[in-house]
Amino acid sequence: MTTDTAPVGGASAPLAEPVLEASGVVMRFGGLTAVNKVDLTVRQGEIVGLIGPNGAGKTTFFNCLTGLYVPTEGTVTYKGRVLPPRPHLVTEAGIARTFQNIRLFSNMTVLENVLVGRHTRTKEGLFSAILRGPSYRRAEQESRDRAMELLEFCGLAAKAEHLARNLPYGEQRKLEIARALASEPGLLLLDEPTAGMNPQETRAAEELVFAIRDLGIAILVIEHDMKFIFNLCDRTAVLVQGQKIVEGDRETVQNDERVVTAYLGAPLEGTTATEADQ
Amino acid sequence: MTTASHETTPVLRLPAVAAFAATLAGGVLAAASAAMSWTWTDEFPGDLTYYGSPAGLQWLALAGGLLTALLALGARGVKGLRWLSPSGGNNGVLFAALGTLAVCWYSVAAIAVELDGLVNLDPGGWVAAVGSLLAVVGALGLPLDRRRTVKQPPVAWWWYLVAAVAAVLRVGLGQGWALNAVPPGIRPIFTENLWFFVAVPVAVLGFRLWLLLDAWLRIGRIERPLPAARALPSWAEILVITAVFALGLGVVEFGISTEYGELFIAFLLLTVFATAALLASGAIARLRELTTRHRSVTTGAAFAAAGAFPFTQSSETYVLIGANILIFATVALGLNVVVGLAGLLDLGYVAFLGVGAYAAALVSGSPFSVFRGVHLPFPVAVLIGALAALVFGVVIGAPTLRLRGDYLAIVTLGFGEIFRIAMNNLDGRSGPSLTNGPNGIAAIPDVNLFGFDFGQPHEFLGLQLGKFGNYLLLMLVATAIVVVVFGRVANSRIGRAWVAIREDETAAEAMGINGFRVKLIAFALGATLAGLAGAVQAHVAGAVSPDQYLFAGPVPPNSAFLLAAVILGGMGTISGPLVGAALLFLIPAKLQFLQSYQLLAFGVALILLMRFRPEGLIANRRQQLEFHEAELPAQGASPDDALTKAGA
Ligand SMILES: Nc1ncnc2c1ncn2[C@@H]1O[C@H](COP(=O)(O)OP(=O)(O)OP(=O)(O)O)[C@@H](O)[C@H]1O
Ligand SMILES: [Mg+2]
Repeated sequence: MTTDTAPVGGASAPLAEPVLEASGVVMRFGGLTAVNKVDLTVRQGEIVGLIGPNGAGKTTFFNCLTGLYVPTEGTVTYKGRVLPPRPHLVTEAGIARTFQNIRLFSNMTVLENVLVGRHTRTKEGLFSAILRGPSYRRAEQESRDRAMELLEFCGLAAKAEHLARNLPYGEQRKLEIARALASEPGLLLLDEPTAGMNPQETRAAEELVFAIRDLGIAILVIEHDMKFIFNLCDRTAVLVQGQKIVEGDRETVQNDERVVTAYLGAPLEGTTATEADQ
Repeated sequence: MTTASHETTPVLRLPAVAAFAATLAGGVLAAASAAMSWTWTDEFPGDLTYYGSPAGLQWLALAGGLLTALLALGARGVKGLRWLSPSGGNNGVLFAALGTLAVCWYSVAAIAVELDGLVNLDPGGWVAAVGSLLAVVGALGLPLDRRRTVKQPPVAWWWYLVAAVAAVLRVGLGQGWALNAVPPGIRPIFTENLWFFVAVPVAVLGFRLWLLLDAWLRIGRIERPLPAARALPSWAEILVITAVFALGLGVVEFGISTEYGELFIAFLLLTVFATAALLASGAIARLRELTTRHRSVTTGAAFAAAGAFPFTQSSETYVLIGANILIFATVALGLNVVVGLAGLLDLGYVAFLGVGAYAAALVSGSPFSVFRGVHLPFPVAVLIGALAALVFGVVIGAPTLRLRGDYLAIVTLGFGEIFRIAMNNLDGRSGPSLTNGPNGIAAIPDVNLFGFDFGQPHEFLGLQLGKFGNYLLLMLVATAIVVVVFGRVANSRIGRAWVAIREDETAAEAMGINGFRVKLIAFALGATLAGLAGAVQAHVAGAVSPDQYLFAGPVPPNSAFLLAAVILGGMGTISGPLVGAALLFLIPAKLQFLQSYQLLAFGVALILLMRFRPEGLIANRRQQLEFHEAELPAQGASPDDALTKAGA
């Protein structure tokens, strides 16, 4: 296999500022430990991948990071600050996310979706909305301009007035990213951004992720598409049954036996493992 | 014109010219019949015995017939009338003809039934009946937009079984043998509800009939791009808007001042069909283009039309109805913030109206108020009413809005009842003395603003304005405030946050919206607007009493009706709840005989609405797309399409 896109920057430049530090995150649902003592660091300018078989706890881990779940144990810090487990405060601090099952505001227009994303970066309240003074109008206009820029960036500007639900699947994914970017995050969490996409759309998504990284936004991405992951990521962590078993660059992950076992089941005669090793 | 799912073909295979001619002639005949006598005696309400001067029902036949004829000409492309039918489709003609048929045949049937026999019909009645039928037959021969296939819901055999059993029971109850089979204690349940055993078979057969008719007609809707409108100078466009609202005022006035049930039913029938006709012909879409271009003119014209209403009335009765409609509509619009925008189900909204009304009544100098000497100026009283409602809104909302799901509905339902019962008991005997118990606070003095006494008639430019006219105008100011607040907030950062919460609370929170805070703001704003309306209401009615604030009752506003007005009219829109409230107020007020079955009738009406027009009478752009997407030309592939394509 040859890599067609070489990851730039990132891991080679040693130890940039950490953006996200999760330490000892545990999430239990009754008797089930979905996430078990996971540590993960994402540094400035990095794209980090998170892979693992179905039900490994990847999404649950994301939910712990973003305050959707309150972790049973462990802490999450963003740029040195411990995050309170409340989604809106996490977003305000600077972490934005997308969802595995697209969760757009389907009956709002594309532009409105992005405007909602700007909620934390604007502050006009009820009264200024009723009075509509000049400062309100300026802020609203700025928001719209900014949202249009983002739509331009994600290639959706032409569809600004369409209803989100009427977009084709690939564009809905893009819109979710645009909406997340609208909150001006320092870290973007993507949960399977290419699920259900065709090869061209996946390529476009890769480009988009690189472009976002170039804006100075760190990225943590869950994917099942290995090609996508290894093309993009400076580092990849593997989660199996709630535990992080390996973390490292492409070689480290691909050559780790536990990863192969986890993905292909216990080797029967050892043939599968050797195949994957080649 | 054909699409994958639709075709344009006639239902009846008539020669094209004959069909057109029949439609035109039928419409003209029905219209002309208005100038003839329909019946020989003035015993039928409205006195339809004159030649040359239409009355009551005849006006409706005239309007329906004319509309049919004009739409037929417009759809055919006759110069000067194309604006009426910009889509060029003929469905509008059919709907107009059906409306005319409904009005004429309903009138003729009413005359025959009430006066006992068809002999009571004069030539005019026959002309109306034949003319309207001719128009419908002709319209069915025009090329109509139709579905290619009709999805028929299965009608299970046991429906017929139930219908048959009900019919047999009805006969049995009539003859007595079925009654003897039930214990004497519960016999009245059967004898007093005989109609039920008729209604069931009628409903089953009616539904079956409707399905057959639908399968035959296959009427559908092809979305046609409207040709570009001829550019008019701006003043002409404004003139058009003004004319439309003047016409609208005329229609509403006709509806409000109908004097007998038959006329109101026929009025409703024609309005429904005419609206459907104008929607299908594209005239309404064209009008919408105009009104969106001149938004402020439109709002102004709407308020001017409402403000002109009291001046057109010689008697105060209908003006009071108008003022009450406004109160109801304003409260419904306030509820729309809570339900329509933020998606919070508030089942006790009328209590906030009550809080505002009571708070204002207490400080407005009524001799029955515990604060006897206190008589604050009206604006201060209104402010106090709104603030009191705000406080209650926050107190109710703060603990409940933290939870997701239906807790709010239950708590508000409870609050609504607690409020009413508390008002009943704070009479100094069963509780502290505050509200004068069931008697309420009556004799609230008339509002006097800057020397303008609202209790006295006044004269403006030679036009008389009575007491209720004054109050109607006052209420109109409150309505305007609510409309402006709603319009501005709905399209702002906070309004978008509400809609986002309604759409997907988890995603909204993940986008940085503090759900609790934003919902509390919506709830409190809704309560405040209701309080404001309540304070004005207390002054219009001159009295407040606990039984005005029920969950469900015969007289609007009550919580159930408010909710119905919002859902019926269209959630999240401004005009929707206004229209819904007007209908829900007028229908029970005009059709007294419905009184005891009112709630049942509303239930049925809401079910029908949910089936045929789930977005409400007036859809906002979003919901129009939400519910009728399949009928629109494909805009984007659905996720499944994308997946199959990805797989291919
Ligand atoms: N709210 C919950 N309550 C109980 N169990 C849960 C909950 N959420 C997730 N789980 C369980 O936790 C485990 C991890 O689920 P998770 O969705 O995180 O997996 P995933 O790695 O994202 O898988 P996939 O690749 O299929 O998306 C699963 O066994 C799941 O059933
Ligand atoms: Mg997942």
